[in-house]
Amino acid sequence: MSGYGPVDLLLWGVLPYVVLVLVVGGLIWRYRYDRFGWTTRSSELYESRLLRIGSPLFHFGLLVVIVGHVVGLLIPDTWTRALGVSDTLYHVSALSLGLIAGFCTLAGIALLVWRRRTTGPVFSVTTRNDKLMYVVLVLAIVTGLGMTVYFAGVELAGGRTGDYRETVSPWFRSIWILRPDVAAMAASDAPYKLHALMGLGLFALLPFTRLVHAFSAPVGYLFRPYVVYRTRDPQPAAAGQARRPARRGW
Amino acid sequence: MKDAGTSRSTGERDTRPIGRVMAQVAMVMNLDKCIGCHTCSVTCKQAWTNRSGVEYAWFNNVETRPGQGYPRTYQDQERWKGGWVRRPDGTLVPRSGGRLKRLATIFANPVMPSIQDYYEPWTYDYDTLINAPAGDDFPVAEPRSALTGRPMKVEWSANWDDDLGGGPELASQDPIVRRLGDKVRLSFEDTFMFYLPRICEHCLNPSCVATCPSGALYKRVEDGIVLVDQDRCRGWRMCVTGCPYKKIYFNHKTGKAEKCTFCYPRVEVGMPTICSETCVGRLRYLGVVLYDADRVGEAASVEDEKDLYEAQLGVFLDPDDPAVRAAARRDGIPDRWVDSAARSPVYALAERFRVALPLHPEYRTMPMVWYIPPLSPVVDTLTRTGHDGEDKDNLFGAIDTLRIPVEYLAELFTAGDTGPVDLVLRRLAAMRSYMRRINLGQERDESIASDVGMTGGEIEDMYRLLALAKYDERYVVPTAYGVDEADRGVIEEVGCSLDFDGGPGMGGMGGEVPFGEASGRPDEASVETFHALRERQTAEGRSGTGGRVNLLNWDGNGRPDGLFPPREGGDTDDERGGDPGPREEGRT
Repeated sequence: MSGYGPVDLLLWGVLPYVVLVLVVGGLIWRYRYDRFGWTTRSSELYESRLLRIGSPLFHFGLLVVIVGHVVGLLIPDTWTRALGVSDTLYHVSALSLGLIAGFCTLAGIALLVWRRRTTGPVFSVTTRNDKLMYVVLVLAIVTGLGMTVYFAGVELAGGRTGDYRETVSPWFRSIWILRPDVAAMAASDAPYKLHALMGLGLFALLPFTRLVHAFSAPVGYLFRPYVVYRTRDPQPAAAGQARRPARRGW
Repeated sequence: MKDAGTSRSTGERDTRPIGRVMAQVAMVMNLDKCIGCHTCSVTCKQAWTNRSGVEYAWFNNVETRPGQGYPRTYQDQERWKGGWVRRPDGTLVPRSGGRLKRLATIFANPVMPSIQDYYEPWTYDYDTLINAPAGDDFPVAEPRSALTGRPMKVEWSANWDDDLGGGPELASQDPIVRRLGDKVRLSFEDTFMFYLPRICEHCLNPSCVATCPSGALYKRVEDGIVLVDQDRCRGWRMCVTGCPYKKIYFNHKTGKAEKCTFCYPRVEVGMPTICSETCVGRLRYLGVVLYDADRVGEAASVEDEKDLYEAQLGVFLDPDDPAVRAAARRDGIPDRWVDSAARSPVYALAERFRVALPLHPEYRTMPMVWYIPPLSPVVDTLTRTGHDGEDKDNLFGAIDTLRIPVEYLAELFTAGDTGPVDLVLRRLAAMRSYMRRINLGQERDESIASDVGMTGGEIEDMYRLLALAKYDERYVVPTAYGVDEADRGVIEEVGCSLDFDGGPGMGGMGGEVPFGEASGRPDEASVETFHALRERQTAEGRSGTGGRVNLLNWDGNGRPDGLFPPREGGDTDDERGGDPGPREEGRT
């Protein structure tokens, strides 16, 4: 667990911080520069039959996958054991749930990409930016799901695989305390490394693609009154607004 | 029926204290005058939606009724799920579902109209006309889809069924005709049609606002205009479903919702909306209505749909009532606005004369663009059968017997209750008979007025508003700023209109943008507007904007260059005899 090379240092010690800066800085920049372009860029107006199947399949699958990643990466194995969850139980439930969610996500994105390619109007509004994003997104899903299938197969066949909760998870947590445990990640299996790189790539793209819409999930909608009232901007933020404060007229 | 107009006298008015007073700039359209010329639609489009992404968006459209409307069958809320429904416990919830259901369906809106329900926008391959190689055939500009650029067959558009209203093939697809069932016979003798111009209703209880997950849609406190904050819209598309009038359009290029703005940059400086300004029939009226915001929810959730019209009238406040004036002052409504509300033609037509009705009150959104239902189908039928179409008794009898148009109108304006429609038509008929006697030099006949619960004086006032009203009487719009006639042109209206954050003055705009044509900060709608306004307000005489006419800035004053092509002979003197002079003398 001790030895790692300069490549490992670069990939697992430096790159995560570069990505972090890109995500945070990118989001701030995008918000300041491009609030208007911050949207889902929905194509439902053009085609809705396939979208109504593919999009929920993909998004709900993805939500489960995200929860799975959060649990797997952020909760140390000592904690789940302390809760009385055996490693076997944890692995079986994680693998099965992960497989179902992963397949939903993959099926969803496959349907969506196929729709995007074959529906004329949808394809014609697809930018290069979108295409790059789809490649990275699909690669991240495929590597993750492929890895899960492979490990599930090995486990079913009675073999042993490296436990990511002893390698990837400690490394991921160590990033946030600014003391990256490069050695832990360097010791993990190659598929994990590949998937982690894809994940980093996807994160780096987040602020600069249509994926930003994930950051405007409208949770506040649940807690606000139905009808929103707003006064005209009190500041002359935009051109053409009177600089004087409004008089009340009496 | 006779006393319906006076049933809600101030004496029996709700004795509860007046709640929060709010002001709404509202509109009334007199359908008898609409000739279906679509000038409003075209000028609106020129001003607001002549961009790619909103080719199919008509903030203002004119529908032939009976007909399917735009988008097709939008009034069928069983299908499109717009507006509100009243739950058994008396509370309102959007028909498309409450908050949790909305978020659960956010990844694919289950009931959003597709572009085919509007129409596939197209252009023509004009290039062929110029560049086609010499040949035997005459080159033709073929239609090309504005979505894909491919050749397409044009099969439908915003007004494909224009003027075909009474025809059996199309009328039978009208959701209202379907609901009325076999009561409507579409035989040739019984056909009728009229035009229905529609803009956003700027509702008091807007369901589009309620369904916006991002909180980007809002109702402006000052003037009640419902707007989309383009910087906060995230393109979830729920408002498209939420609006029962389908007056929110999804810009497929920018991925954001857009809607009728009530021409707020114009209204803010006291000018009428473009659709009103350019209306050939002069059938639109603009004015302020004061209302009690605390009672809107209660009024919108009355149990019986047929009570919604009266309930909405009950929310309006009388600007001449001293208690209302005091409450308005308490709630920060400028006196100028209250004074304006007292002169409001909208309030007069809706509440004083009771001849304007809301469009589809049963959607429970409390719409604020009201309509004077057309008497013409009745008069036409009467005249066709050889009767005197303006005789009081003939007209009253005809209104009673011509059930088809009345019931159809009632489905549009009063949730199916023919009573109020009947009263309106009788009042309009009475006005014709009463004024005809005056025109013929006969005595005034008070009995005609009292038959419909009015006085002769009221009828003459109504006649003045409906038939004669000049520009200043039709459009009573107070300015949003503390600007009056007195200090017009003197005050500093704007600072530098270009140095807003990211604006041209700050080095923004122009050049390549990384996320496609729609990214980056949008042009501020008012940049050009206010340059033009300042120029106009500070100029000595009547002036134009020079060279190009932006309808958003045009107030009908003078004749700017570029509005009309230059005349032959190169004579540029605009004010020569023979030309129609500036319209409506006496305006300031």
